[in-house]
Amino acid sequence: MAKRDYKPITKLSDLPEENRLVSGHRLCAGCGPAIVARLATLAVPDTPIVINATGCLEVGTTFYPYTSWSVPWAHVTFENAAAVASGVVETLDKLSKEGRAKDAPVIAFGGDGGTFDIGLQALSGALERGHRFLYICYDNETYANTGVQRSGATPFGAATTTTPAGRVIPGKQEWKKDLVGIVAAHHIPYAATSSIAYYRDFINKVRKALSQDGPSFIHVFAPCTFGWRFDTSQTIQMGKLIVETRIFPVFEIENGALKFNFKVPNPKPVEEYLKTQRRFAHLFKPENKNLIELIQKNTNENWERLLRIEAAGKIF
Amino acid sequence: MATLQETKQKMMEFTGDHAIAYGAKQAGIDFVAAYPITPQTVIVEKLSEYLADGMMNAKYINMESEHSAISAVIGAELAGARGFTATSSQGLALMFEELPVASGMRMPLVMAVAMRALSAPINIHCDHSDMLSVRDQGWVMMIAENAQEAYDQTIMSFKIAEDPSVQLPAMYGIDGFITTHNMENVYTLPDEMVSEYLGVRKPLYRLDPDNPMTFGPLALYDTYFEFRRQQHDAMMNAYEVTKEVFGSYEQMSGRKYTPLKNYMTDDAEVLIFAAASTVGTARLAVRKLREEGVKAGVSGVTLLRPFPVPEVMETFSNVKAVAVLERMASLGSPAGPHYMDLASAVYPQLDLRMYDFIYGLGGRDIDWTTIAQTAKTALSDAEHKRPNETRFLGVRE
Repeated sequence: MAKRDYKPITKLSDLPEENRLVSGHRLCAGCGPAIVARLATLAVPDTPIVINATGCLEVGTTFYPYTSWSVPWAHVTFENAAAVASGVVETLDKLSKEGRAKDAPVIAFGGDGGTFDIGLQALSGALERGHRFLYICYDNETYANTGVQRSGATPFGAATTTTPAGRVIPGKQEWKKDLVGIVAAHHIPYAATSSIAYYRDFINKVRKALSQDGPSFIHVFAPCTFGWRFDTSQTIQMGKLIVETRIFPVFEIENGALKFNFKVPNPKPVEEYLKTQRRFAHLFKPENKNLIELIQKNTNENWERLLRIEAAGKIF
Repeated sequence: MATLQETKQKMMEFTGDHAIAYGAKQAGIDFVAAYPITPQTVIVEKLSEYLADGMMNAKYINMESEHSAISAVIGAELAGARGFTATSSQGLALMFEELPVASGMRMPLVMAVAMRALSAPINIHCDHSDMLSVRDQGWVMMIAENAQEAYDQTIMSFKIAEDPSVQLPAMYGIDGFITTHNMENVYTLPDEMVSEYLGVRKPLYRLDPDNPMTFGPLALYDTYFEFRRQQHDAMMNAYEVTKEVFGSYEQMSGRKYTPLKNYMTDDAEVLIFAAASTVGTARLAVRKLREEGVKAGVSGVTLLRPFPVPEVMETFSNVKAVAVLERMASLGSPAGPHYMDLASAVYPQLDLRMYDFIYGLGGRDIDWTTIAQTAKTALSDAEHKRPNETRFLGVRE
């Protein structure tokens, strides 16, 4: 396999000029996942091959006979993007050596439903086998495509159409799955989290991920205006607030060691984030005050836990 | 016609599974992804041995499930590979979601199926419930009677599937344990002859950075229907292409294949319709029936999809009765899957009566005397104009 070595960029003009996810798609105004796909496919000069799990990104960009992708793109089904990518990567390796095909970086996109839940087995298998590809989970914390149902990535307390804020049960009662922890336990060369609000961080992580000689994974926070009920102009603001409140820590795990990218020295209280979205509106009722306290406590504990992991050095 | 001598064929001692692995290796597969399941396991084990011994130039991935196995093969085919996998029973059931996807995306991968009963209760032995349950998903489907046919169908499947006018996946089935694990003599073609016959895969469309295309888009009521219609047309093409491939393969190997394998059918009053290894037992039953003066014949099915309607019409045109042997219970259905195919093919043109016999579920043995009796029963029922009823052979009531 040809070695790939993409150095960090410092400015947007370092990127290819043409869009690889072009306008005209049917994703919502202010769609976080659309920003993920656009930035990720532009991150390297080589034309990537994209494998897409079923979900908003797939449905919204390929309404036959139209397509928004100017790169080779394939969707097979919901739970198998990592398995399909495995076949693509290994085939390209063989056929390119035989002069029968051109090699290319392979990026698989899955939403949180396609990654945390139904696609977790295929992802685990692909990571364990060690194929050289990048899996990007665009996390909008819900099954947005089917109408905003609960996923394993939906945060505690959030109202979805299958965890509504009712008189007795105030939204989702379980905490978000530690996906990057699961991924890191596969001891792959590179895993990271990022948020679309920090494009340079995200792009450089894609570049670093695609430079690995094995599987890599990025969990990127991708706000959903439709599912979370916030104004379409506020997507980037959401991506910032979740980092500034320390709810979503941004870090990378490289060769087994975790390193924070943003230490967030003066974190905002979690309310600053929660109050911006209608999916959390019920938490601000007097009887649910303890739930916000729980979220703050959980946020603090998770942050401390990750600091301990960082301090421990190479532990994955 | 080339003789075996002329083509320098080598006789090997193979189980059915081993014959399939050998054929797949010779077919120049670029990519295998598989997950072990009894009684398919020997196929993937032999392919692994070929790989480990440097005898096979393919990428081989041991997957974490059958669902991922076929998904990876679809990915490989999208990238331009000649892809192969094999499964059985629950594995095929787990793959089901991807079966219409492989055909809908027009990926000409090839899959061997070691036909085995479906759970529950769990059972590892032969019946046809797995393969016959997936018969309408746009795959070209053949059924092999023995290890020789399994070897030959491995090679022919690639030729049919990859034909530019077909571009559909192909699967072929062999009887679990009965054929997968029995040692038989198999004539094998020289490597270079198979290489020349199949060449390397030349995909019409693939994931190519220099020519970007979108595969697997969303298509709703204004376009989806046309995709399915095109698959129907490809299936119809596959019928002609399969017969051409049978012809070219016979030229090369000396072994004749036809959509239906007919035995003593020319003057027959009653036919036994059967599939897979049971066809051989049915031939013995027919010889015994002939000794008794019963004009019986056997029609064994090789090509299941596209279903060979013209051959059925021709073969069934002068018979009074057909005993249809089904190694699957279509629970709640008016008849078994073979019966429904045959009845649809002959109705309303032919004046004959067909009777359904379910046998051998979960690997229960069937002998020639039981098969011979089905022909007599069918003939007698037809003479008395009795309606079809679902009958179970050799089951404790």
